[in-house]
Amino acid sequence: MSIMGTRVVRVEDPVFLTRGATYTDDLTDERLTGALHLTLVRSPIAHATITSIDVSAAREAPGVVAVLTGEDIDLPAPLLFPGANKAMVRPWLATERVRFVGEPVAAVLTEGRYQGPDAAELVEVDYEPLPAVVDVHASATDEVLLFPDAGTNTAAVYNKEDPDPDFFADCEVVVTRDIVNQRVAAASLETRAASAVWGDDGRCTLFCSNQNAQGARDEVAGWLGVDASQIHVVLPDVGGGFGAKIGADPEFGLVAWLARHTGRPVRWSESRSENMTGMVQGRDQRQTITIGGSRDGRVKAYRLDVVADAGAYPRLGVFLPVFTRMMAPGTYDIEKVDSRARVVVTNTTSTAAYRGAGRPEATAAIERAMDLFAAEIGMDPAEVRKINVVPPEKFPFTTKGGAEYDSGEYAKAIDLALEASDYAGLRAEQKARRERGDAKLLGIGVSSYVEITGGGAFAENASIEVHPDGSALIWTGTSPHGQGHATAWAMLASDQLGIPVEKITVRHGDTDQVPEGGGTMGSRSLQTGGVAVHKASLELIDLAKQRAADILEASVEDLEVDTANAAIVVRGAPGSPTVTFAQLAEREELKVKTVWDGKKPTFPFGSHVAVVEVDTETGKVTVERIWAVDDAGPVLNPLLCEGQRHGGIAQGIAQALLEEVVYDPDGQPLTATFADYGFPSAAELPSFDLVPMETPTPINPLGFKGIGEAGTIGSTPAVQSAVIDALAHLGIRHIDMPTTPLRVWEAIQNAVKEDG
Amino acid sequence: MIPVGFDYARPDSLDAAVALLAERGDEATIMAGGHSLLPVMKLRLAAPELIVDIGRLRELNYVKVDGDEVAIGAGTRHHDLEVSDVLAAEVPLLPAVARTVGDPQVRHRGTIGGSLAHGDPASDLPAAVLALDGTIVLRSPRGQRSVPATEFWTGVFTTAKEPDELIVEIRVPRTGSAGWAYEKFTRRANDWAIVAVAVVDGRVGLVNMGSTPLRASATEAALAEGKSIAEAAALAAEGTEPPTDTAGTPEYRKNLARVLTRRALETAAGR
Repeated sequence: MSIMGTRVVRVEDPVFLTRGATYTDDLTDERLTGALHLTLVRSPIAHATITSIDVSAAREAPGVVAVLTGEDIDLPAPLLFPGANKAMVRPWLATERVRFVGEPVAAVLTEGRYQGPDAAELVEVDYEPLPAVVDVHASATDEVLLFPDAGTNTAAVYNKEDPDPDFFADCEVVVTRDIVNQRVAAASLETRAASAVWGDDGRCTLFCSNQNAQGARDEVAGWLGVDASQIHVVLPDVGGGFGAKIGADPEFGLVAWLARHTGRPVRWSESRSENMTGMVQGRDQRQTITIGGSRDGRVKAYRLDVVADAGAYPRLGVFLPVFTRMMAPGTYDIEKVDSRARVVVTNTTSTAAYRGAGRPEATAAIERAMDLFAAEIGMDPAEVRKINVVPPEKFPFTTKGGAEYDSGEYAKAIDLALEASDYAGLRAEQKARRERGDAKLLGIGVSSYVEITGGGAFAENASIEVHPDGSALIWTGTSPHGQGHATAWAMLASDQLGIPVEKITVRHGDTDQVPEGGGTMGSRSLQTGGVAVHKASLELIDLAKQRAADILEASVEDLEVDTANAAIVVRGAPGSPTVTFAQLAEREELKVKTVWDGKKPTFPFGSHVAVVEVDTETGKVTVERIWAVDDAGPVLNPLLCEGQRHGGIAQGIAQALLEEVVYDPDGQPLTATFADYGFPSAAELPSFDLVPMETPTPINPLGFKGIGEAGTIGSTPAVQSAVIDALAHLGIRHIDMPTTPLRVWEAIQNAVKEDG
Repeated sequence: MIPVGFDYARPDSLDAAVALLAERGDEATIMAGGHSLLPVMKLRLAAPELIVDIGRLRELNYVKVDGDEVAIGAGTRHHDLEVSDVLAAEVPLLPAVARTVGDPQVRHRGTIGGSLAHGDPASDLPAAVLALDGTIVLRSPRGQRSVPATEFWTGVFTTAKEPDELIVEIRVPRTGSAGWAYEKFTRRANDWAIVAVAVVDGRVGLVNMGSTPLRASATEAALAEGKSIAEAAALAAEGTEPPTDTAGTPEYRKNLARVLTRRALETAAGR
């Protein structure tokens, strides 16, 4: 029986559950012996001119080796997103102006770690406050410029054409609405960390917490002005990333430079407080959705206008509206789709990828539009969706957003979710509660979604080496930080080679071992790195057959793999001589290295039904059930797949109900601790009902699509929709996320007032 | 998240702790469970010169019946309140309230004395002790005194306790079969209350409706006059000035106080 599709228990877990992981901050690598500890002095003000920085007292503090300001750093300030306005560079340490709370202004190096924060308190910085720009619309007016040299606060514009005034002319019904896709924090449990040491060979070893060793290497090398081969990035265990650990953080570059400057290893690990203002945040789009169609439920035209917040210094967040625009039409076959996006800077933490990265924003928008349209024409929201989804016979389907959807059965996914949830029964219960005048009402939300996975880098590396003892070593260019690649990649090789999973070691995150690799992001790993391992396994078999042909005195064509014994045998000749992979490895190194290039992304899809209870007296929302159809093609390991879906759904619910990074009008973060920031615990979540569906992609031989972000993308609009649906009879059509008790209660009060 | 340096002392008896406070009371902060103090120290919002750790003084950890009252040692941990047979029989409100504090880690470290002394108006136990008409017993080198809960909290994070005083005991009446309930409203299970209401024997304590824990006096008076639960609960927010934060406006909190009071009174009436 094939190991594929079976619930192999994660091989990673025994270590995590016993002695614990080794994160960057835990490293006891001897190369880091005698390291200095970096503490950064960070701005407490969102927007200000720096009038003076006095480090003299800090220099005298116990254990201090050096205190540096931006004046001391002889490196050009980095442009963190290459496509942004060239004037929007981020200083290594701010010297003239600070642009967000948490921006580094001085670097303190101490012998002991505990000495750093004491010395940092002695650095005296005088700030002259400037008006803070927090709202994107205010930013877009350019009244207050963050970068006077740029002459604008706009970091990027996508689609400069004016909207066609007649776009909705042939629509019977047109609905428009301003909605918010709020900012959220990745809040990975491991905060950011980096340690650097330069060797006698002039090369830098950089240990860091990241999702992509090779990308981090290239960025840091570029910033330091050295060849990429001079930087050796090593990723220890990584405790969560969710997109926020894609690419190097400027702090990494600073750590590497300080190590070179001082000639000593330097360690840096941020506190949770620093993380909540220093680590990139996600989402943050103000959207205007307009949808038009006919009263029979057919949508004819859809427009999405986005103003996105880049934060103070443009990073990946500047790019993400490209994905939002591409995925704007969602699962629907809409005749006319129009979108545009503007990205502006504000005096807040920079934005970048967060689980879904641009696609959840598209899905949330179109799904809200579908609900508004359904409400306007008085049709069931599930029905409206089924009328408008792309039918199966149209695949591959090129959308008006410019994406080429590979495969999908969108209506079937909706039907599966509706059946699993007994949708009609839920509607009956909802009606009964309303008729009884219950204080606690039921809300039902339906979402249909499609997303793009593997959308960044389509190619990935893998190598496999079999050892004489029968074990095997796999190196991959993907970079797991919780996903379970060690289990999954071992299963893929074991399936072909017959080497047991427990004898296969999977390694990653070392740029000397794997100089080329795309890391783990955008739900890309299985369909790129996993397929590469599969391909490498097949190539290893080819190599083994060639070598075995001489030994077994048979032609290559007559040979096959005996997976029960991890051996090459002669086909149809039981009892004849065989040779194992281990025996072949004993004679000569048995190793292959390969690249798989799928050349295209894939498009997983699904449908969620969420049921919430809304306490109308307090505004509290409780998610009662959620049924999720998440179709990412064939499932390699249901245990891993379900884990990805659970985590994704949890994060999606969190955005719909609880999480929001809030700044006051002065740019002060109000949610910079875990007491204030609303991420949920298990107690806030229901058990998830996962409904199976598998539609393979033609893009790769195993039919795999990505699953990492699906749950997030599908659950958020379903839950938000359910909250609004519970109150639909009061005339409520929309409540922005997060649908906190306060916000829901206020919406009810306003509706009752209007009604009265 | 590294605190400013401090001296640390762990006296091995209550008498030694009181003596130490007499000597260095102005610069000392008492630590029991540490779950309120340590976070603010790590954020450098507090920087005491001396920590007096009383967390291991077993003589402060007890729950016992004493006449018409139950006496609770100040060092009794929330978890011990949760599982106390004496409290279950004599003051069932307290275990129910203790069960809602933070998470299991917090409840195994935090103490009732620490919670009352910290004086956070968003904490659960102060309002419960207030609704119980409890008494706080303080000791210093000058001797021992009792302060009624109604006079103990004087402002946000401030109490009637002098710097050289230590809470040693909390005394609450044996309410036995009198109706009680605790309605706590949070966004997340382990959050502080946005608002909470403790009801026992016709008395009503409010959490997070002002700078101190409060009694809903108008509601209590209405109940005493024989008004209906609905009528009495409608008065729960009278005279309060609740705070504003990301979780709630004053208007919203007043609504919560009314709704939760009604629900708590209904539950209490049904017991």
